[in-house]
Amino acid sequence: MDVFGSFALLLAFVCAVYAFVGGIAAIRTRHPLLVKSTRQAGLATCGLIFLATLSLEYLFFSDNFSVAYVVAHSNRSLSPFYKVAALWSGQEGSLLFWSFLLAVYVFSALIAYRNKNGELMPYVGVVLAGVQIFFLTLNNFVASPFKALGVPGVSGAMDLVARGDGNGLNPLLQYPEMVIHPPNLYSGYTGFTIPFAFALGALLARYPGEKWIHLTRKWTMIAWGFQTAGILLGAHWAYAVLGWGGYWAWDPVENASLLPWLTGTAFLHSVMMQEKRGMMKVWNVWLVFSTFLLCILGTFLTRSGVVSSVHAFASSNIGSWFVGFIVVILLVCLAAYFKNRDYLKSENQLDSIVSRESSFLFNNLILLVSCIAVLSGTLFPVFSEWFTGDRISVGTPFFNKVNIPIGLLLLFLTGVGPLLAWRKTSLDSLKRNFGWPLLMGLIAGAIAFPLGVREFYSLICLILCVFVASTITMEFYRGAKVIRARSGASFLASAVDLTMRNTRRYGGYIVHMGMVLIFIGIAGTAFNRDVQKEMQIGSSMQIGPYSLLLQNFDTKQEKNYTAERMIIEVTRDNKPVMMLYPERRIFPANQASGTMVAIYSTLKQDLYVVYAGQSPDTQAPVIHVYLNPLVKCIWFGGVIVVLGTLVALLPNRRAVLVLSAVQEPTRVKSLAGALTPSPTLREGHD
Amino acid sequence: MQKRAKFGIGIGVIVVSLAALAWLGYGESKTYYHTIAELQTLQGASLSHRMRVGGTVEPGSIHRLSGRVDFVLQGEGKSLPVSYVGSEPLPDTFVDKSQALVEGRPAADGRFVAEHVQAKCASKYEAAPGGTAAPAGGEARTSTM
Repeated sequence: MDVFGSFALLLAFVCAVYAFVGGIAAIRTRHPLLVKSTRQAGLATCGLIFLATLSLEYLFFSDNFSVAYVVAHSNRSLSPFYKVAALWSGQEGSLLFWSFLLAVYVFSALIAYRNKNGELMPYVGVVLAGVQIFFLTLNNFVASPFKALGVPGVSGAMDLVARGDGNGLNPLLQYPEMVIHPPNLYSGYTGFTIPFAFALGALLARYPGEKWIHLTRKWTMIAWGFQTAGILLGAHWAYAVLGWGGYWAWDPVENASLLPWLTGTAFLHSVMMQEKRGMMKVWNVWLVFSTFLLCILGTFLTRSGVVSSVHAFASSNIGSWFVGFIVVILLVCLAAYFKNRDYLKSENQLDSIVSRESSFLFNNLILLVSCIAVLSGTLFPVFSEWFTGDRISVGTPFFNKVNIPIGLLLLFLTGVGPLLAWRKTSLDSLKRNFGWPLLMGLIAGAIAFPLGVREFYSLICLILCVFVASTITMEFYRGAKVIRARSGASFLASAVDLTMRNTRRYGGYIVHMGMVLIFIGIAGTAFNRDVQKEMQIGSSMQIGPYSLLLQNFDTKQEKNYTAERMIIEVTRDNKPVMMLYPERRIFPANQASGTMVAIYSTLKQDLYVVYAGQSPDTQAPVIHVYLNPLVKCIWFGGVIVVLGTLVALLPNRRAVLVLSAVQEPTRVKSLAGALTPSPTLREGHD
Repeated sequence: MQKRAKFGIGIGVIVVSLAALAWLGYGESKTYYHTIAELQTLQGASLSHRMRVGGTVEPGSIHRLSGRVDFVLQGEGKSLPVSYVGSEPLPDTFVDKSQALVEGRPAADGRFVAEHVQAKCASKYEAAPGGTAAPAGGEARTSTM
């Protein structure tokens, strides 16, 4: 099966090269057969990558310990669930997984547009094939996951051997999130390839109008949704597994995933400027280019270990390939831009500082500043070494100082932007739209201040969150009221109707609402508390309203690991709340250990209990307890964001009308009447 | 022109104030990375910087004393005695021969006083070629994205 897999990869490489070279020829000659055959080659590339990925999974499931990658990442007792995840737990496999997900996107795009956009698709196909060639080069010639396990033999040559059992999967990765977090994040990274290919293709082809933006909107949103989910799942994994009480540490790898998210978010907003007003064309093209470059950079940072100083002595030759690829893409983008930039002339100018346009402009500006700050902070060790010879890194204070005000500004714009009119907003409409929300925000602040929310940023954040939530609620309320007045349906049904009629706009609001919740959760960080104590059986500790009593500890033998388990009773006001079992797991296969945090999570706060190890002096267990307010809001907000993204991906209204036509014929008529533009149902967000 | 000036001022204020904050944060958190060999050649003011030093934990050198943990880091043929004085328990991955990164300041007596210790972070760690091999031979590669 390993031969089969590597052969499939090699063939995929050949097909991708054909799709690339043949595609260029097809663009030059416009020969219909050549166009068709290159598209087929593109599809074949994807099919072969699917086969290679399947065969690597087969090797994991058949416990084939003659393959180095399987030996390094699996063992016989590993559960099937994690054998799937073992695919992306190492360098070679994750690069194959990258190719795999990219192939899924490329395959869907080639199929979806097979009979459409005949002028544009050959260009898109060439760009996609170019990206695939790069990853297939790595899969085939640099980091093949199908390498046989070898040991240096007596003669000096490598002898092939098979082992009885593998080293097992890294315990930190044996956690459910680790099965879903990487695929989400990778789907985000790879997904941005599609908008990139369309943008570059359209620029190269001088494809008229804003069509590429319409074509790629859904793809961008899908990639963005995955990226968001991936980042949050990663944060949740760090929170639940790493046991340091937090979820975000501005680690280079975390930053790497945030960078394309920031530019991607900027892009999702600024395309509206181009669609509505024909502005910012150059900006949009470069936002897509940068997002894709940052995806590759992110993969490079995680894969090469160039930044993280723990890895400073771990060299990996893969890095130079990525740097080369980034330079090539950058040169191609620059060349395409300078050749065809006249095609990107703006049709309009900014009219007023209080307008939808300017809110988008500022939204983009600060997202970009944030991106630059995070990027420079992440790469600071590299650049400082180049320029000064000293390797200097910057830590959390740097990132927080810049990004907290940026986050708050963004939050403010989230509330303000969608309600400003295009071109120019009158003072009257400002009062009408923002009077109540502003009042609500200030009232919330006035209530919170005496209750102890004194930290400046947290207080501002709370006020803004209430402000934004009120503007969004008001938008739903006003729209639903109009529908309700005409149809007589309930408020909730009207709001659903409203959403379904303009999924893009109201889906966007739902996403914003989710972001508000995430901000509330992050603001809670200012009030985190923690206590660490050496415990004996029977001793107890106190944090906030909770008492923790160490009842006992035991050792549990599981299939793949041994768990040292603390049995802790949590009480509040002398009433039992629940039992918590923080663990340390020891994995014999690779003599590694991992922490299992026990969390008692309520909407108000998380009680986060870690068995931190034994005290060096007394051998008594050390328990570290954190009380983290509002963390649940972050995860809940994340779910809302993803739901909102899904809503925004739905097609508008029609399907819903047909459905209700069967049930309530009278309502359909009135609904159709409601479709005429009314002052409240502005043509808005999209 | 007036419109442009307004935008210019708005953008300028935002960018300048964020840059100022970045500068403050930089001053507060900058940490120099040095190898063990470099550390021994440092003089004067650069000895008072906050710094990170990476190396391999010398087998058998870990001594857990009350209130601190002493160990020796090796790298490039040199060694550096370290006292860890932080309050967090040491990470699970911190064992003999593990690759560790210590953060703190050198003391006058030549010991390095560390407030933070990171041992090879398994989620992102890529073993140096021929470096720390897995216990049973074979390659120890544990990394994800």
